[in-house]
Amino acid sequence: MIGHFTIDGKRVQFREGQTIMDAAMAEGIYIPHLCHNPEFRPHGSCRVCNVKANGRHVAACTAPASEGLEVENDTDEIRAERRTLLQMLFVEGNHVCPACEKSGACQLQAVAYYCDMVAPEFTHLYPQRQIDASHPDFIIDFNRCILCELCVRASRDRDGKSVFAIAGRGIGAHLVINAGSGKLGDTDFDKDDRAAHVCPVGAILPKHKGYEVPVGKRLYDRKPISMAGDVSDHEGE
Amino acid sequence: MSDPHHVDAVEAGLSQWGENASSLLQILIHIQQRLGHIPDSAVELLSHRLEIEPSVIDGVVTFYSFLSFEPLGQYDIRFSDNIIDRMLGSRECAEQLMKQLGVEADNPDAGKGVTIGYTSCTGMGDQGPAALVNGLTLTRLTPERVDAIADLVKSGTPVDAWPRDFFTVDENLVAGDILLDDWYHPGAATQAVQSIGKSTILEQLETSGLRGRGGAGFSAGMKWRFCAEAQAGQKVVVCNADEGEPGTFKDRLLLQAYADRLFEGMTLCAAVIGAQKGFLYLRGDYRYLLEALEAELQKRRDANLLGDAILGQEGFDFDIGIHLGAGAYICGEESALIESLEGKRGVPRIRPPFPVTHGYLDCPTVVNNVETFIAAAGVAENGPEWLRSRGTEVSPGTKLLSISGDCEKPGIYEIPFGMSIAEVLDLCGASDTQAVQVAGPAGIMLSPAEFNRKIAYEDVATGGSFMVFDNSRDLVDVARNFMDFFVHESCGFCTPCRVGTTLVNKLLEKIGNGHGTTVDLETIQRMASVMRNTSHCGLGATASNPAVYLIEHFQTMLYQRLRHTSFEPSFDLDAALEEARQVTGRDDPGAHLQGGGV
Repeated sequence: MIGHFTIDGKRVQFREGQTIMDAAMAEGIYIPHLCHNPEFRPHGSCRVCNVKANGRHVAACTAPASEGLEVENDTDEIRAERRTLLQMLFVEGNHVCPACEKSGACQLQAVAYYCDMVAPEFTHLYPQRQIDASHPDFIIDFNRCILCELCVRASRDRDGKSVFAIAGRGIGAHLVINAGSGKLGDTDFDKDDRAAHVCPVGAILPKHKGYEVPVGKRLYDRKPISMAGDVSDHEGE
Repeated sequence: MSDPHHVDAVEAGLSQWGENASSLLQILIHIQQRLGHIPDSAVELLSHRLEIEPSVIDGVVTFYSFLSFEPLGQYDIRFSDNIIDRMLGSRECAEQLMKQLGVEADNPDAGKGVTIGYTSCTGMGDQGPAALVNGLTLTRLTPERVDAIADLVKSGTPVDAWPRDFFTVDENLVAGDILLDDWYHPGAATQAVQSIGKSTILEQLETSGLRGRGGAGFSAGMKWRFCAEAQAGQKVVVCNADEGEPGTFKDRLLLQAYADRLFEGMTLCAAVIGAQKGFLYLRGDYRYLLEALEAELQKRRDANLLGDAILGQEGFDFDIGIHLGAGAYICGEESALIESLEGKRGVPRIRPPFPVTHGYLDCPTVVNNVETFIAAAGVAENGPEWLRSRGTEVSPGTKLLSISGDCEKPGIYEIPFGMSIAEVLDLCGASDTQAVQVAGPAGIMLSPAEFNRKIAYEDVATGGSFMVFDNSRDLVDVARNFMDFFVHESCGFCTPCRVGTTLVNKLLEKIGNGHGTTVDLETIQRMASVMRNTSHCGLGATASNPAVYLIEHFQTMLYQRLRHTSFEPSFDLDAALEEARQVTGRDDPGAHLQGGGV
């Protein structure tokens, strides 16, 4: 079945079973998102893709598209809400953009720019988190993890390895690695795993190739994220 | 695996609950109770036998407050930390006990074999201060009783040899009405399905206007109908007895004294929707009720009111199992509860699909509150007019309230819907009332100007929590206690709830400490709005309510607490320099900022 609905007044086509996000992506309409990646089952945890559908707030990545739905996406109200959510993510972890290898090619940073966030206004939580450099090819910097669970889903659903999981609760929720030692080096994680290439931020980084692309010429330095798309679409560039 | 005790505990858990992934949580609870912790070797063995990754088991253990990797010792004592228990002296009791035993809060002491800490409301607000010792409820703590407990711990007396009266939980029904009247005949409601038919029962439920008593107020008849109409081989009935809303304890009475009616209601539901399997999800804090509930189930099996061919009806097979919770308030949300029943972290599911079509192990599932099932049994036995004889057009029937705090007669009250807050306050003997918190921390804090409002779905809806605060109480403290609760109980899945609860809590703390400004109030309201609009589930959506209602309903009081500047830093700049002073060994005036750096 084919149906239609609107996003900010623009007519959009959808197939039965598609979410608002699916339909928007198919039509090239950008809805900011972090935890969503069409390769995996929708998750709905970052809430950055929050839109209003017939006046009700929903996450575009999990809300089914339906006939005649009127979706508000790029409005002042929604943009402001997204900024607050992004600011929450920035103060929750330790995101030091100028010192981060991922700067310029980081989805969190790019979405924040797109939503006109200029500074994190809230009190920083400055959590104490570790860095895991035990793996020969990859480093994990937990300071930058935003709990999108893309690596969890990729490793479990695509790679069939379940290298990652989430433990803890509330503000103490955190990414864990499936090894007695808790170290990535003690798992069968491999540089060719899909999980190695889906992190939207700088939490899972390849070793041995820092700052290959100079700042100013990176993915989102060239184009805004609304045009460039997700980090995971640009692997190997 | 080296320690034979550990192997025994795991094996016993596996044989009691079955070797499948959905048993994980119940097996972990079993191990925790036997060993006082979850040893690494148990995780290893369970991972192997249940085919679950150790990291996933890690995720489950660290999600539930009552499970611990760290050995907690022979005595795991947790004081109920709800504001009502605090008002009754719980913090003083806890500090006294810690002092007497020489231990610190939440710091397991292997040598002394005791861990003392705090836990969310244990459902004893009418007979607190309360605590749990190894999961069993202690009520009416006093300094004398704490002395005695300290002696029992020092002498190593096993908990089952402690004086029985320490564990007495009174029913405390102050005023009953139709729900608790003497109408019940075992099997009558279930029999009605056979005599008048499923569709008539569904019609009667809809005519009665029965709505879910957990607080959300969805039509019970419609929920049952959706589930009855769902096409599936296997269907499930779940009773939500995860009564975790701070200040609520009315299900405790129903489980303690009216469990037969509850099981009747669940069996009725099974007959109507065509379910074979039932679960009672009992909050971990009510473990003291477990044996009696199991006995009640057995009594019903013996009377052919449960089991195969119930009441001689060929093909009507239904039984109920009890699953314990393990200290996670979010599991009161129905889809999180189902995840927990499946042995997982209690993270609410994406909806749609809803449990009525895709619930427990994807089977169509009805989840209702204890009180709802009993009311449904009442409608089936007495007809829809029975419920409509009380209440309002939109909210027929009665509501059980758990009343605690500053009043003469705390306890459980069955009131008709439509009763005003002022009338309820009269009933329970409250005077000089400054505020009433209805529906728990996620609910609403009302000032006297609003005491004419009514308990009803169309006005002030509630799952049953009713906490009274007189003019001697500091409402900022009350709100902070509630925000602490949400920080502790957020599941951590979505950004607005995970981070928002902590940020709102910090701002409230700042206001409580006398450093708040109007900018902070605006920030709270902005964050609250984002949490309300964008959270994954109802917990996050309502988690900032304690701060919001304080601002909206107690503005004058709150403004007197604010600094008369528009901005105050959220931390003390001078105090922040302390670490640098220590590193550099300086303490001269130049190493300090005047006035906290402002």
